[in-house]
Amino acid sequence: MERQYETVIGLEVHVELATKTKIFCGCSTAFGGEPNTHTCPVCTGMPGTLPVLNKQVLEHAVSVGLATNCEITRYCKFDRKNYFYPDNPQNYQISQLYLPICRNGYVEIETEEGRKKVGIHEIHMEEDAGKLIHDEWEDCTLIDYNRSGVPLIEIVSEPDMRSAQEVIAYLEKLRLLIQYLGASDCKLQEGSMRADVNLSVRESGSGKLGIRTEMKNLNSFKAITRAIAGERQRQIDLLEAGEQVVQETRRWDDAKGCSYAMRSKEDAQDYRYFPDPDLPPVRISEKWLAKKKAALPEFRSQKILRYEEEYGIPAYDIDMITGSKHLADIFEETVALCGEPKKVSNWIMGETMRLLKEQGKDPEDIIFSPAHLAELIAMTDAKEINGTVAKEVFAAMFDQNVDPRRYVEEKGLKTVSDTGALQKTVKEVIAANPRSVADYHGGKEKAIGFLVGQTMKAMKGKADPALVNQMLREMLQP
Amino acid sequence: MKLTDMTAVELAAAIREKKTTAVAAAQAVLDVMEEKEKRLNCYVTLDREGTLERAQEIQKKIDSGKIDSPLAGVPVALKDNLCTRGMRTTCASRILGNFVPPYSAEAVVRLETAGAVIVGKTNMDEFAMGSTTETSAYGPTKNPWNEAHVPGGSSGGSAAAVAAGECFLALGSDTGGSIRQPASFCGVVGMKPTYGTVSRYGLIAYGSSLDQIGPLCRDVTDCAAALEIIASYDDKDSTSAERKDIRFREALADDVKGMRIGIPRDYFREGLSPDVKKRVLEAAQLLAQKGAVVEEFDLRLVEYAIPAYYTIAAAEASSNLERFDGIKYGYQAQDAQGLHDMYRKTRSQGFGPEVKRRIMLGSFVLSSGYYDAYYLKALRVKALIKKAFDDAFAKYDVILAPVAPTTAPELGKSLQEPIKMYLGDIYTISVNLAGLPAISVPCGFDSLGLPVGLQLIGDGFAEKKLLRAAFSYEQARGPFKKCGEAQ
Repeated sequence: MERQYETVIGLEVHVELATKTKIFCGCSTAFGGEPNTHTCPVCTGMPGTLPVLNKQVLEHAVSVGLATNCEITRYCKFDRKNYFYPDNPQNYQISQLYLPICRNGYVEIETEEGRKKVGIHEIHMEEDAGKLIHDEWEDCTLIDYNRSGVPLIEIVSEPDMRSAQEVIAYLEKLRLLIQYLGASDCKLQEGSMRADVNLSVRESGSGKLGIRTEMKNLNSFKAITRAIAGERQRQIDLLEAGEQVVQETRRWDDAKGCSYAMRSKEDAQDYRYFPDPDLPPVRISEKWLAKKKAALPEFRSQKILRYEEEYGIPAYDIDMITGSKHLADIFEETVALCGEPKKVSNWIMGETMRLLKEQGKDPEDIIFSPAHLAELIAMTDAKEINGTVAKEVFAAMFDQNVDPRRYVEEKGLKTVSDTGALQKTVKEVIAANPRSVADYHGGKEKAIGFLVGQTMKAMKGKADPALVNQMLREMLQP
Repeated sequence: MKLTDMTAVELAAAIREKKTTAVAAAQAVLDVMEEKEKRLNCYVTLDREGTLERAQEIQKKIDSGKIDSPLAGVPVALKDNLCTRGMRTTCASRILGNFVPPYSAEAVVRLETAGAVIVGKTNMDEFAMGSTTETSAYGPTKNPWNEAHVPGGSSGGSAAAVAAGECFLALGSDTGGSIRQPASFCGVVGMKPTYGTVSRYGLIAYGSSLDQIGPLCRDVTDCAAALEIIASYDDKDSTSAERKDIRFREALADDVKGMRIGIPRDYFREGLSPDVKKRVLEAAQLLAQKGAVVEEFDLRLVEYAIPAYYTIAAAEASSNLERFDGIKYGYQAQDAQGLHDMYRKTRSQGFGPEVKRRIMLGSFVLSSGYYDAYYLKALRVKALIKKAFDDAFAKYDVILAPVAPTTAPELGKSLQEPIKMYLGDIYTISVNLAGLPAISVPCGFDSLGLPVGLQLIGDGFAEKKLLRAAFSYEQARGPFKKCGEAQ
């Protein structure tokens, strides 16, 4: 009889925190500076320099802990993880091993199989490393310390996931929670969220965990899904062949669709962790923690309930809009400005989603301002522009956040309100299309559409099609 | 009075009163260097021209009333583990032989702002690891009282420079006695403040939880004045303490009436040289004569201090010194093949044997499987030692003790027996483990004519009481013979 295998997965997720400055110095965390321009003696490991904790990092870490139902450690410490590598200017990373800031939490996920809790073992704060750039031409390696000291949290789950779907649901859940908190933008592709997958297999029904491997270099949900399937099969093949799974770290090559071993447990380094004597323990008071709890934002589930009650838009729309904190923010701010939830929702569900898909973007990339969308809705309501023009204006807003009023004026897109000019054009169209007129009189209702189209064309789109329709009907009345 | 016979505070007053100038003082120090430096080797880096230029600038500021400090215009030396912007800072190691820091240590900035004229960087044990200044990669410093002897260490260059007149005042650092012991060996006053009093920002770390910067001076008054300038809360150092009252000169009163002084019996047992014991107990008697209540007590745990200290300091050092890898600054081995070979060769060639010994010791006690047995146990001992001192300070205002079991040993004798050298730290290291302030004040000579130091230890943040006791003792003792004066 063929054996059945169960996959057991735990994740280590690194999230880059959205602070303006680094974790232990005042340098900027901004992306894209010239190499080694966002650096100072502290984050380049100069002798005699000392780290000073950025309080915002602690606040973000605690808020993520609270949002994931963790116990917050009231007396936590930083530890040094010692290893020699040039991306780390001190040759030790400041991290947390013995007393991490958050422990014993969980998040609830929902898949086709239903709801379940995924345990969070711990969340700890640490610093990111610099970047090594190999110059093939000069055959040398250059180091950019701009990322050195950028704050990270590492969220370590329990081995509670059993499938790729659960893993993705867990990551989506984490991402949304963290985005809602404003603690990070959590972009997998850009590396502000990174997931390492710990995976083992065991015969179904077995209570014992198998030997696990750790998979690195997973840059998208797709890569994660593929890597899980690949690693599960690789381990099953080994077991079926009577071999042992080796505990090791593997690197996923998404282009080739396979992984290879980076290092085994035997050559695991001894990091010689010990409490960093330069950083005093962090003591968290009940008062401060209560304040943090009170300041937690409205999360998705709460938002969904409120949207149903307040806005009266379809459940599907609510699901889509609250699926991104940024999108929900735009929606709420626009509604606050124009008081038209249904219309705002239509713009988001229709044109916004269409353009995002067309351009391969995420809702987080949206740049148009709620004020501009409210203005566009107001202009359409006032029939200053027609629907077709509105879409054209919106596309410009989507690309460059243009001011719709100014854009319409500059491009001369305003609906012509001079009925005399419109009447003249309508007459000309009637005169120029006797065939369609005859069709209309002959009972072909569709012909009116053609005539409206011709009139709109002659008006260069700047007419209210409903008004044109009405005018045509009146003039064609026998 | 000869310029070079003045204390730092006297010199600054003379400059203020226009009896002399900062430039004349700098020149006087340079003249002494001309005469003695070749033999004594107090400095790793000297900046003769820069010293005169800085003295001129400071004099201008004094003349225009821009500086008003008790040390304005005074030539000052800095231990070579304090970063100085634009001035080479080596830690007396080959691995930092070419290192010029892009910034200055906070304590240095504060001294400069107060008008001190920096004359150079003093010799030390490599990375402050040693008790004789013989582990320096730039040759040993000699004791100005007797050039066949060491000046002590690790701040040996600073102590010798002050004693020899090659500066009026110097900064050192004290991780296990590195200010007090050389001060004692060279017949000058040296003080280690409460941990957190002086910012460590810019002090190249040895044992971060124990390191503290402090002054080496000609007398207790200079010491109070210098401490007042360098003590500060610094938001660049997370272990920096916010202290309300740091006007230490106010404590300089000749009054110990009713002051309770405890003498730990444990510090006067085997290993203590009879000469040192005699001088220290005489000092205790002087204080008793002035009205202090002096009595013996049992401090406890003394025998655990050395193993605990060497475990903690070495552990922290092994990690602190990882950054010296040849990549970003400092010495880089040129004959290496690939990254790991470069690390290995750079560090093998760049560090001296004592530094390597402590890195290995520290790496061992932190390694997986030994961490609990050594490092954590040492931390528990540290906490117990602190508790023993807390108990003592419930009864006493100040603890009186020797600084070191002997006077300065002969050159070349100590490094052959590192364990014996480590044992020489027995009276000083507990103070660092407990984070307390302590001062070494000259209290006489041994039979060879080498100076003996008296150690006074205060409760945490009780520098004022400590300075009052030291000042009162100094008054009772009378002027201390100057180095080079006839017996």
